[in-house]
Amino acid sequence: MSKPRLDDATGVETVGHEWDGIEELNNPLPRWWLWSFYACIVFAIGYSVVYPAIPLRNTATAGTFGWSSRGDLAKEMRAEAARTAGLMAELGNASIEQIATDPRLRRAAIDGGRAAFKVNCIQCHGNGAAGSVGYPNLNDDDWLWGGDAATIHRTVINGIRQPGNDATLMSQMPAFGRDGILTADQVQNVVSHVRVLAGEDKPNASAQQGAQLYADNCVVCHGAVGEGSRTVGAPRLNDAIWLYGGSRAALTQTITNARYGVMPSWGNRLDPVTVKMLATYVHSLGGGEEAPAPEPAPEAVAAAPADATE
Amino acid sequence: MVSALSRSSLWLLSLLIAVVAYALAVDTGFAIHMFIVAVACIIGLVVTLRGVDLSKAILAPDQGRYDDDPIRWGVIATVFWGMAGFLAGLVIALQLALPVLNLGLEWTAFGRLRPLHTSAVIFAFGGNALIATSFYVVQRTCRARLAFPGLARFVFWGYQLFIVLAATGYLLGITQGKEYAEPEWYVDLWLTVVWVAYLAVFVGTIVKRTEPHIYVANWFYLSFIITVAMLHIVNNLNWPVSFTGSRSYPIFAGVQGALVQWWYGHNAVGFFLTAGFLAMMYYFVPKQAERPVFSYRLSIIHFWALIFLYIWAGPHHLHYTALPDWAQTLGMVFSIMLWMPSWGGMINGLMTLNGAWDKVRTDPIIRMMVMALAFYGMSTFEGPMMSIKSVNSLSHYTDWTIGHVHSGALGWNGMITFASVYYLVPRLWNRSRLYSLRMVNWHFWLATVGIVFYASSMWVAGITQGLMWREYGADGYLVNSFVETVAALKPMYFLRAFGGFLYLTGAVIMTINVWRTILGHLREEAPMADTAFDPEKDRPVVQPAPVHAAPVAA
Repeated sequence: MSKPRLDDATGVETVGHEWDGIEELNNPLPRWWLWSFYACIVFAIGYSVVYPAIPLRNTATAGTFGWSSRGDLAKEMRAEAARTAGLMAELGNASIEQIATDPRLRRAAIDGGRAAFKVNCIQCHGNGAAGSVGYPNLNDDDWLWGGDAATIHRTVINGIRQPGNDATLMSQMPAFGRDGILTADQVQNVVSHVRVLAGEDKPNASAQQGAQLYADNCVVCHGAVGEGSRTVGAPRLNDAIWLYGGSRAALTQTITNARYGVMPSWGNRLDPVTVKMLATYVHSLGGGEEAPAPEPAPEAVAAAPADATE
Repeated sequence: MVSALSRSSLWLLSLLIAVVAYALAVDTGFAIHMFIVAVACIIGLVVTLRGVDLSKAILAPDQGRYDDDPIRWGVIATVFWGMAGFLAGLVIALQLALPVLNLGLEWTAFGRLRPLHTSAVIFAFGGNALIATSFYVVQRTCRARLAFPGLARFVFWGYQLFIVLAATGYLLGITQGKEYAEPEWYVDLWLTVVWVAYLAVFVGTIVKRTEPHIYVANWFYLSFIITVAMLHIVNNLNWPVSFTGSRSYPIFAGVQGALVQWWYGHNAVGFFLTAGFLAMMYYFVPKQAERPVFSYRLSIIHFWALIFLYIWAGPHHLHYTALPDWAQTLGMVFSIMLWMPSWGGMINGLMTLNGAWDKVRTDPIIRMMVMALAFYGMSTFEGPMMSIKSVNSLSHYTDWTIGHVHSGALGWNGMITFASVYYLVPRLWNRSRLYSLRMVNWHFWLATVGIVFYASSMWVAGITQGLMWREYGADGYLVNSFVETVAALKPMYFLRAFGGFLYLTGAVIMTINVWRTILGHLREEAPMADTAFDPEKDRPVVQPAPVHAAPVAA
């Protein structure tokens, strides 16, 4: 409650208030501050005229240009769709083999497939498609169900062991240990034999006993020398590539309880062009195979649109 | 005696309710919380029964002194919760860089520790600082003791119980899922009770003031207390699934719920972290600088502009969402108009140093205040800029937002709180000076360098992230998968954690300094300048009769 006094250091008068020793100078509002504040207000008013701003009873003012964020998005999407419409139609009409042989379409499909892969597939197969335990590496030529473009296309469309899809790729390994087909000792002998097949171990007594068990129980799917079968998606065993691991523990787990990997069918989730592009992308990753020579065996791949024809 | 008895019976009744609620609890989290409440009631009961003399000390205190006990506790709580909150922040920063530090346990997962960090720093550290300084400032600038001293103590302890319930709830997985409003319905109700008591103490003290005018700091404190009460109640309008369970559902759904949440969230920043801390600034800066406030007129204009404009700016958190375009527009333009009113506080703070700028060289506490105001200015420019829709389309959902928040929180809120704590501790414990001013200087530099690491790494991370998210190839497809953007940020996450480590180290130095000052130790060191303090002048006006105001000359 002191009187207004002149502050020595600044030469400005105080307002005359005092609280616990704190006084206040009677400086005016800084002009640059005031004009900047006015400018912001003017901008705000102008912006509110140009863009939707004032809520009315059932709607809001539309703004000078009738801009809306939904309209803006729709416009951009339409423009993009128009830009790519020709290409999309070409990709839609071309068979997967035709795409593979046309460099321009192939490049376009790989670009689109890569984008779709990054949204839909990397959760299991990894960002670089290198897979992980239980999820195949797509960069190599070790295919479970076949690695030519048409087969990959079929796999992507129908998925693997996808419940509710009759056309899905289907097979089931028995749980040899859990269901009592083999005793625990026998399982260990099969494990030994499989590791010998894969070249991980030298032959030994256990493996020799396992060989007979293998012949009786496993050959029908995995083949006499462990070459696997693409008809039933049975993995090749005579290489060092493992889907669920090749250690004794992992193999014991596999033979005892079996595996039942599932991949969704994408044919009913993504549009046909995207699926085609995905298949082309996966085919391009490094392990893609040439289309096989026509086979006599007519397999039950009902939903595959274009079967291998040369 | 009577009051001790009635208070004991209140404690007993509360204990009974807590035990019954514990017995009827439908989920473990609620049971644990009721157990904590019961323990708090037992502590309160024991203290009340043993401390009849203590209550006499409250009821018959030295009227010639300010009522500083709750402030002393508040300062200690501020330092304690600050350490807890900074440590939690460092842990979650490291979890982002090294996910293995989630430890594979639900209680230590990022999703639970993150609200622990945000609530610990905003509500526990910041809230205690606001309550303690507001009780200190309102007494001095009103030249009157606290109204309702018992209630003031209830506010302090009740607020600590709120913090404990909130923090343990996060770890147990009890959450409303609303950012900065995570505590569940019963904790919200408790905070409402505490907050109304806080308002009563604060307004009561202003009413019994002996100064003719209300000082600007008290306008800001009052706007903070009232607005936070309103925000808290509206955003927590939830209906519990069971009155003996922790789960509840909000009455607002969909985009209305989102708008209410960000109306709350933005104004928690505006009124808790801006208005409240501006109040601290308006008292402690002129006191430490021993200079008059730069402009009374500016303080009036920027105060009213700030509180009028801030409350409308929340929708800028929901740009390009289901929120109608008109609401987004208003959120943006009000944010832009908010720029200058926000800067009014910075100008008034910095220009108060006119005539005392030499102190920046010699007084590390002033240096902290200046740095706080500089960061305040930077983040209140950055905020309106990020509210512009085209900027927001790049910055939203990225780490840029995290960097923005932390340049405000670490730079402005942290620094002004540290400076206020350094101002308060020697005065509250009647020491001739701080244990060490040179340690304040160390704290200043560690905190400043820490913020620079934090903010710059998050700017780079946020812009990288935003650009990678919107990167299209020639054929119109997105180029990057989400996980690629995460991998790209990893080095920035380490730099951010390093910045947080420096900031925490500074806070450890503060803790030691405050602790030694309270113990009355003085470090042998080459002197640095500080502001003089005369305890004899630090007194309320004691009047023979309750006259309203002293006569004003001129």
